[in-house]
Amino acid sequence: MVEIRFHGRGGQGTVIASKILADAVSKEDKYVQAFPQFGVERRGAPVFAFIRIDDQPIYVRSKIIAPDHIIVVDPSLIDAIDVTEGLKKGAKILINTGHKPKDFKHLGKKFHIYTIDANEIAIKYKLGSKAAPIVNTAILGAVPRIFDFVQLESILQAVRDGVPVNPDDNAAAAKEAYESVKGV
Amino acid sequence: MKKVMMGNHAISHGATLSRVQVIAAYPITPQTQVVELLSEIVADQKLKAEFIKVESEHSAMAACIGASSAGARAFTATSAQGLALMHELLHWAAGARLPIVMADINRAMAPPWTIWTDQNDSLSQRDTGWMQFYCQSNQEVLDSVIMAYKVAEKVLMPVMIVLDAFSLSHTYEIVDLPDQALVDTYLPPFDYKYKLNVNDPHTYGGLTTPDWYMEFRVKMQEAMEQALGIIKKEAVEFEKTFGRRYDPVEPYMVDDADIVLVTSGTAASTARFAVDQMRKKGKKVGNLRMRLLRPFPFADVREHLKNARKVVIVDRNISYGYHGIWAQEVKSALYGHSKVPVFNFIAGLGGRDIFPETYIDIVNQVKKMKKPDQELYWVEVKR
Repeated sequence: MVEIRFHGRGGQGTVIASKILADAVSKEDKYVQAFPQFGVERRGAPVFAFIRIDDQPIYVRSKIIAPDHIIVVDPSLIDAIDVTEGLKKGAKILINTGHKPKDFKHLGKKFHIYTIDANEIAIKYKLGSKAAPIVNTAILGAVPRIFDFVQLESILQAVRDGVPVNPDDNAAAAKEAYESVKGV
Repeated sequence: MKKVMMGNHAISHGATLSRVQVIAAYPITPQTQVVELLSEIVADQKLKAEFIKVESEHSAMAACIGASSAGARAFTATSAQGLALMHELLHWAAGARLPIVMADINRAMAPPWTIWTDQNDSLSQRDTGWMQFYCQSNQEVLDSVIMAYKVAEKVLMPVMIVLDAFSLSHTYEIVDLPDQALVDTYLPPFDYKYKLNVNDPHTYGGLTTPDWYMEFRVKMQEAMEQALGIIKKEAVEFEKTFGRRYDPVEPYMVDDADIVLVTSGTAASTARFAVDQMRKKGKKVGNLRMRLLRPFPFADVREHLKNARKVVIVDRNISYGYHGIWAQEVKSALYGHSKVPVFNFIAGLGGRDIFPETYIDIVNQVKKMKKPDQELYWVEVKR
């Protein structure tokens, strides 16, 4: 079983990203469970989402406190909270940023850092506004490049099915993200 | 068709596939998406139903009672204070023998104000005459709505589908949406023998003197006893049609277990996971998941607990001044049939998480005791 925690801020589509990833995984004969931090979300406040993926039915239903990997949708959270809390040794950390993986060495030697500039890609494809780009579909494109539990094709299909507008632009953003992950 | 969906939407799809004819509901966190999706489905004319907006949960149940009396398949959903506000009419729906189905998303009762899960809302309605089915997955939620109408309409008693706030209601997982044609073969249209008819007027529920009131109650009890057999039969029928089975209780590795956990809701699902972990370390632990509260499956509980050396009921609820409510039910079933020591742990109130480690700690604690030295044990509380 793989357990992943998403870090974002309220209004960035973090929970939707976990749902679309669950959709993608479901296309590959796997079991999946995605859930938000159970609470009252406010725009701009730190939010969490969680996903479990397994080849077997998933019975455990408590919160994930020791994730295998994390995905950081909003890099400003790295200075605000401890995103690596409970994170397992050998974990992969995917960060949405224009910086390079080596710029995040301070997160610890026991983790592998990958970066993707999802903001730049989202702005290029006009997803959301320049001030508040919608980055979740671009970030999802980076996921199959780093992890082996899901294929790019499944992500692209889930993105097309899961966004309310501009399915082709969102899928193109995901594909571009797949090709431009740093740290691989 | 397999689809990733939240538990709340699994309820909406279950109601839609059951071709409900009247929906009356008032929104409350964490139930809101149930009626949001249903209102969209009705507005898009994908379901031919009357969607009645009401000013309170009391009115929602009143509207369901009216609709059901007229022979319509009626549905509502609520949580916590909303369910409590319905209380008077829950008795009325059951006493009037109306096969209404409702989903209750378990939310702890206020004050202090809360939106997270525990079972005190639904368990407080234990004696209203509603059947109660406790679910552990979104698939079970969807399937249970369909099965509930089948059972309810056979015995003319209402059913409450119960699921945890957030850990099911807002959790996305894969649900197999059955074909409408298949559901139609399993669940025929509701044909209510006693429906209100202007050409043949009757009065129901009028003043009944002590000469006859008790006979009505005997019939309700008999209907509930009959319901247990029907639920067991429908578990088989449902499996034949849809390939999934839901029995009144779900035993997991209980036959050779020294310690059997008794659990319900999503906490039962996590308990099963914890049992696997403990078994890997050679600990003989099993889990009995309670799906049915009413009608209560006495014989099944006795059967599956007969080999246990210790029974440990983990309750996500409490009857103040007593102990956990499932513990009360299970002890009552065992009384006079078994001398097994019964331990009661209270955990996870107000949405506090119940982890696999929670069960492992409980089992380790119980291992050290021959029999309980307290009526209840609190799990992980600050003092």
